[in-house]
Amino acid sequence: MHLAYPAVLAALLFCVGLYGVLARRNAILVLMSVELMLNAVNLNLVAFDVWLRDTLHSGQALTLFTIAIAAAEIGIGLAIVLAVYRNRGTSDIDRLRDTAETDEAETLPDDAETAPGQADGQTGKTKKAEATT
Amino acid sequence: MTTTTLAALVPLLPFLGALGGLAVGRTAPGFVRPLAILPTLTAAVLAVLVAVRQGGGRAIDAATQLTPTGSVPIDLALHLDGFAVLVAVLVTVVATCVQLYSTAYLRDDARYPSYAALVSLFTSAMLLVVYSGDLMVLLVGWEIMGICSYFLVGHYWETPEARAASLKAFLVTKLGDVPFLIGLFALAADTGSFRITKILAAVANGGLEHPTLIALLLLAGVAGKSAQFPLHTWLPDAMAGPTPVSALIHAATMVAAGIYFVARLLPVFAASGAALVVLAVMAAVTMVGSGLAALAQDDIKRVLAYSTIGQLGYMSGALAVGDRGAAVFHLISHGAFKAVLFLAAGVVIHAAGTNSLAAMSRMSGLARRIPDAYWTMTVALLALAAIPPFAGFFSKEAVLVAAEHTALGDRTAAPAAAGWTILIAGLLAAVLTASYAVRLWLLAFRGRGAEVPDHGRQPLAMTSVLWILAVPTIGFGLTAGILGDWFDGHALTPSLTTAVLSTGVTLVGGLVTYGAWRHTTALAARTPIGAVAAHPGAEPALVEAEAMTSHTAAYGTIADAPDPADPGRLLLGPLHRHAVTGFHLDALYTALFVRPVRAAARLVRFLDREVVDTYVNGTGAVTRLLGTAVRRAQTGNVQTYVSALLAGSLALAIAAVVFANVNAGS
Repeated sequence: MHLAYPAVLAALLFCVGLYGVLARRNAILVLMSVELMLNAVNLNLVAFDVWLRDTLHSGQALTLFTIAIAAAEIGIGLAIVLAVYRNRGTSDIDRLRDTAETDEAETLPDDAETAPGQADGQTGKTKKAEATT
Repeated sequence: MTTTTLAALVPLLPFLGALGGLAVGRTAPGFVRPLAILPTLTAAVLAVLVAVRQGGGRAIDAATQLTPTGSVPIDLALHLDGFAVLVAVLVTVVATCVQLYSTAYLRDDARYPSYAALVSLFTSAMLLVVYSGDLMVLLVGWEIMGICSYFLVGHYWETPEARAASLKAFLVTKLGDVPFLIGLFALAADTGSFRITKILAAVANGGLEHPTLIALLLLAGVAGKSAQFPLHTWLPDAMAGPTPVSALIHAATMVAAGIYFVARLLPVFAASGAALVVLAVMAAVTMVGSGLAALAQDDIKRVLAYSTIGQLGYMSGALAVGDRGAAVFHLISHGAFKAVLFLAAGVVIHAAGTNSLAAMSRMSGLARRIPDAYWTMTVALLALAAIPPFAGFFSKEAVLVAAEHTALGDRTAAPAAAGWTILIAGLLAAVLTASYAVRLWLLAFRGRGAEVPDHGRQPLAMTSVLWILAVPTIGFGLTAGILGDWFDGHALTPSLTTAVLSTGVTLVGGLVTYGAWRHTTALAARTPIGAVAAHPGAEPALVEAEAMTSHTAAYGTIADAPDPADPGRLLLGPLHRHAVTGFHLDALYTALFVRPVRAAARLVRFLDREVVDTYVNGTGAVTRLLGTAVRRAQTGNVQTYVSALLAGSLALAIAAVVFANVNAGS
């Protein structure tokens, strides 16, 4: 079999996965897309291993390794998504923006006494604290 | 134990006492008083033992080197000669008396533990200066005394006077210490050693290349420590400290250190005639100026402070004519009677409730309330005024005899000009000394007016030490015949001419003051003066601190009171106005040094706040601005980040490919 077929298939799979990671809103679908990208890479590894006639079959070995890592990773990832969903009632990536920089965080500790926005900053912090518990 | 071991223990014991006092002061207050008194008392016993064993014979030298210190070695050396052992006895005895006195004087003071520890440390530093045979080790003691005086003078730091006085004492003495240090280095560079014995041997062989420069540099430090003109201004202000501290500083430690240092290194100074003349002029100005100023002071302790300056002038005068035996003789007898005067003044201030002589002259019966202080102070004032047969007479005579011999050319250790200067200034100062001593006595104990209120019995710890110290005040002068052998071997006995002359002028000064007092005392009833702080049950120090504060509040200054009944005012006439302020020397220093320094400080502050800070703040502001711009990218959406990551990786990959091709093509 010519190398072009698996290579093109892998590229297509990778692009589908990339689209999913960048465009899907549901965290589970994003994780699935990541799996697609990983498998595209796996396909490439196996194909090139065969094409290069590697006596040690390092490409296949690495693929097995990647599959094992991916299984572990998806387990943790799904557990996180589950925990986030239980807390927030959503697993929508667009709504999980706690790490965004806001203007409330601009007040520094040293000018907190003089700044009038101190109270706002504190309520912002407490809001965040409530959100994460 | 060998004499050397005993001598090493003498400075060590008060030092350990100070450490112990500081360590347990807070946790075990019961140990503070034993820790303050016992080490000093033991040191006094040991110092007497060392003096007896040394016996004025050959100097005992012992040295050990802890570590090599480069080109000029520094040794832990002891040099015990007649001067050292006798001064050490004075220091330890006075320090023991002061510690005993303080237990009563500051009995309820919250800061007593640290106070007692500092007094012990002060004593130990002075003993180090006295016994040390190495100039660098001596300097360590010298500087520890400087910092201890700062803490002790500022003991009542709640009052602004004490804060200012402690800073002034520290800064003025440091001003002299800088040239002093340079002088020590120059001396070591010329002679190749810090050991006193080696330096003196080198000087004897003519090894000194710059004798005048070195002597003048060292004199600056001596003038600062021993309160000689023009660096004496810290001493009167140092009266803002507690009375026992004044007694310690004035009698045994600190001011004695400068005189003692010159006595130790007299051959270095004697190598330069110019330096001796400078010392003589300094001593003469100090003697006469301080005598005039003492006559005008209203605070009883300030009178005594100026009198100390004057007596130190006598000692430097003796050194200027090259007779260190007379100088140290006067140092020791002065130490005894000045300690009595200060400690008795503390009792007087407590009993009268004021430190103002003007207020005391309007009370009667003070002498009956405090007979111990009255009698000991009378004796000490007689000694101060050099009335035979008290100690001050013999020691002052020794100074004047040395000056007379130098002036007439019988002794050639110093230029005749120095001899004449000291002789004339000494006789003039004798008149003034008698005058202010009589004025002090009359105003304090012969006041007329309302009876002094009863402020309770004076504690035994305070009155007993007065009598202990009164013994040498009365009897020490009689040892003049044998004391010469302990020192350089010069006779210290008075000669008939100077004895008659100085006693004559003393009597004249005293009688004139008495006459002036008889004349003015009638005016006292017309102008009532009196601000009295009375705390019969409280510790005496509290009364003193309040009296000092109220003096400024009542009369405007700490030195003067508007009292027309003051005989000093009549005697000094138009000079009185100037004498009260110490001849405007403080104002002069303010104009010359304080204001330029303040202006420079303002300039530096301006440069710091307006120029340097602009750049610092600018750096911060720019960074913050950039940070604000970058933060806009932090949206919290993970997918945006991944998109940016992808775009970046693509851009890098394309760039890598393009560059690879370009490089391959070239």
